[in-house]
Amino acid sequence: MIGSNSIAITPDIVRQHGLTLEEFGRIEDLLGRELNFTELGIFSVMWSEHCSYKSSRYYLKKLPTTGPRVLQGPGENAGVVDIGDGIAAVFKIESHNHPSFIEPRQGAATGVGGILRDIFTMGARPIALMNSLRFGASDHPRTRFLVNGVVEGISNYGNCTGVPTVGGEIYFDSCYNGNILVNVFCLGLIPSDKIFLGNASGVGNPVIYFGSKTGRDGIHGASMASSEFDESSEEKRPTVQVGDPFAEKLLIEACLELMKEDWVVGIQDMGAAGLTCSTFEMAGRAGTGIDLELSKVPMREAGMTPYETLLSESQERMLVVVRKGMEKEALALFDKWDLDSGVVGEVTDKPVVRIFDNENPVVNLPVELVVDGALDLKRPTKKPEYLKEVDHVKLDSILEPTRGETILKDLLASPNITNKHWVYEQYDSMVRLNTLGLPGSDAAVLRVKGSKKALALSVDCNSRYCYLDPFRGAQIAVAECVRNIACSGGEPIGLTNCLNFGNPENPEIMWQFEQAVSGMGEACKFFDIPVVSGNVSLYNETLGEAIYPTPTVAVVGLLEDRSYHTTQWFKEDGDLIGLIGLTMEEFGGSEYLKIIYDRVEGKPPRLDLHLAKSVNKLCLELIQQKLLTSAHDCSEGGLAIALAESCMSHPLNPKGATLGLDSTVRNDALLFGESQSRILISLSAKNRLAVEEKAKAMEVPFTVIGNVGGDALVVNVNGKEFIREEISSLKQLWLGALETYVG
Amino acid sequence: MKCGVVVFPGSNCDHDCYHILKHVFELDTEWIWHKDDVDLSGFDLIVLPGGYSYGDYLRAGAIAQFSSVMKKVIEFANSGRMVLGICNGFQVLVESGLLPGALIQNHTQKFICKTVSVRVENASTPFSCECLEKSVLNIPIAHHQGSYFIDIDGLNQLIDNEQIVFRYSGCEGEVTGLYNPNGSVDNIAGIVNENKNVMGLMPHPERCADPAWPNLDGQLIFKSMIQSLQPGILL
Repeated sequence: MIGSNSIAITPDIVRQHGLTLEEFGRIEDLLGRELNFTELGIFSVMWSEHCSYKSSRYYLKKLPTTGPRVLQGPGENAGVVDIGDGIAAVFKIESHNHPSFIEPRQGAATGVGGILRDIFTMGARPIALMNSLRFGASDHPRTRFLVNGVVEGISNYGNCTGVPTVGGEIYFDSCYNGNILVNVFCLGLIPSDKIFLGNASGVGNPVIYFGSKTGRDGIHGASMASSEFDESSEEKRPTVQVGDPFAEKLLIEACLELMKEDWVVGIQDMGAAGLTCSTFEMAGRAGTGIDLELSKVPMREAGMTPYETLLSESQERMLVVVRKGMEKEALALFDKWDLDSGVVGEVTDKPVVRIFDNENPVVNLPVELVVDGALDLKRPTKKPEYLKEVDHVKLDSILEPTRGETILKDLLASPNITNKHWVYEQYDSMVRLNTLGLPGSDAAVLRVKGSKKALALSVDCNSRYCYLDPFRGAQIAVAECVRNIACSGGEPIGLTNCLNFGNPENPEIMWQFEQAVSGMGEACKFFDIPVVSGNVSLYNETLGEAIYPTPTVAVVGLLEDRSYHTTQWFKEDGDLIGLIGLTMEEFGGSEYLKIIYDRVEGKPPRLDLHLAKSVNKLCLELIQQKLLTSAHDCSEGGLAIALAESCMSHPLNPKGATLGLDSTVRNDALLFGESQSRILISLSAKNRLAVEEKAKAMEVPFTVIGNVGGDALVVNVNGKEFIREEISSLKQLWLGALETYVG
Repeated sequence: MKCGVVVFPGSNCDHDCYHILKHVFELDTEWIWHKDDVDLSGFDLIVLPGGYSYGDYLRAGAIAQFSSVMKKVIEFANSGRMVLGICNGFQVLVESGLLPGALIQNHTQKFICKTVSVRVENASTPFSCECLEKSVLNIPIAHHQGSYFIDIDGLNQLIDNEQIVFRYSGCEGEVTGLYNPNGSVDNIAGIVNENKNVMGLMPHPERCADPAWPNLDGQLIFKSMIQSLQPGILL
């Protein structure tokens, strides 16, 4: 029997529970008595890195979290931002990395389930999912299996729940060979005066469990996510939970129906650390206690110990506190939706959680010690040694090419740049009739029913940049999301982050973390974007090999009028093509360097935040004045890739283009370098003067560089032809490459 | 004209169908909860929406056929009134025996969500009378089990009775294997029963019927039904 209270606690057992002997000693000292085995299990998950943020909390405090639109910042299930018209957007991004590596299909599926619950727990109707996926090298033997499993897991779960998956990103790099990343984002809408929080208030109020039954799956999931992988990780498969998207769908509808009632006091889902976490956190937020009777919990199997019941991470379960006397109404509603439910406890005044099993006391712990007792670890930091090796690009061995076609085609077919329709066509991206901008765009754009507004969503991180300079890399991640949103016609109103790093006990990893969070914080402050929710995932390494630092950010933007929505593709023959921003001679961290020369070195591109802001502002104002026909962000692969994408991505009629560039920088830097803060636009010739005048007035660099038309992409540099390639052949390559790696 | 949208617990296109009927075409539209013992006699059109009816872990639509609401819908259809099944609704109609054939896994073994072209094969049904014969509509599909299967005798019957309403095609109306997204027999995307009062189709017309998007091809199907039920109405 796992976790009987008769088992004596030895130092080995403490360590197996992921606690240090110091932490264990501190708990017993503060408690003034010995812990029993079940209580040890509770501290094991609640003081784990995953639940307590003990390594990261100190740094996270430096992120800006407030602003006039912020209705709820970090600390609740998700952040809430006011979008006007009495509507608020609720959103969060979260990782499900470790389970997805062990069991990709269920790991990814339950990641989607968890983030959905975080959103509808607040009372919001989820309207959009996105994801950021990182796999190992495309030719690594496990990559195909993992990609197929993860994509199928997301597809199966998201599609069934009826929430569209509207966008995302997918990267391949050998640094993820032993530790993939699955970060999932969800956004919901809510009346701004109807936000539900996870509070167990009101002494005497009943605590009700509803959703799926509790089984033995997922025990110690949170602790697993707080250690690195080794050869035995495969054995942890039983700690991965199994998802039931149909149950989740029922839960969504039942919750939203429940929340129309005025007698719902507080509600929280059971995610990591299951019933334990929701019980302690709900009491913690309200300053109350809870008495819980485990024999009332709907069980899937007989004979589970209190330890197992409390630590189970069975999916699709919720805990709600309702006003006393409304138990019958609540249970009837759950019955309507064929959900299991039971009154499992009661709110008490003393801030203590007491747990009973058939009236026998098994746990008696003060709430604050469990929820907030883990000490902030100000772990040591040290600038990594590897940075000395990769500090600069050794340009002497990189000859300036005379023709660009081969490079262009190699980049278009490379796993990180090639079109991702093979993935996103497996996701229902349209259900609920809000998706104005489909996957494959700079940002996903969703209309907001009941208003003329729309939301633009972008998720991004270039982890190679972060490896070379985590501070600037994180800044660039924020800046690129903001630029994507500007290209789509919106302004940023909030950000959520998912900070994926290696083992924090390694000072070099902790340095990466500190730098990335500082860079992100500085960029967010500069762009005036509050960070309203997020998640930290540490220990992303296998056998001592850490992933690149990957501080993924998702930014939510607002389009005051959905008619501002602008797409990235060229539309009319004869339109002019223009470039907003400056191109410099930069190669560091580029796809060009990686794909053509297999090198990861140099400094990531420079980022002038003032320039970034004015480029975005110009683009947005031009869009709002209806002066542009398309706008597309320049990112990985540089100007050439942005051009090719603008040519190819029209859903029905791809367009050719002819460019004439005058430049003093090397032609490979000009076409394939990744200088930041550049937006490729197209405009009707009659608007040229207006656009040029506006750019001049705002002092933003702008050049007309060519025009739309023909069947080929032709690029002349300083009067000499550098690229000439048929669009149809480029498009075939671009659409077909991903399937050859992972199909 | 009164419309009903059936809500199974796993329906997820119910809101979209309701939205198009109620807010775009401004029709009197009601939800029909799968457990309710509802009297359908006042309705003119019942829509079975897309989704995962009862989770569909067994076979899409297999459980739904036993639901109490489906008994009512079968009576309703057998009395000659109009029933439209979209995606999962089509699967439910087939499982319930209101339409022939079966819907099996896509030959790609994957979920597919994208806009495809379908050719109008019969423009004389109440579901397609506003379309031009052999015209091409662009309508999104979103399914995992949308490959229509029927044996050769059944197929011949469908052809003889002009029950095939839509076939997957190229944008010029070419009906070939190249344009068959899911492996359906004879590129079949939508069929009617012999009486022509029940239609099932895998594409989602409700996803291209709201003026917020440029493509409004799906409106033709809704307009056809309205025209059939209210002849002479100006659309």
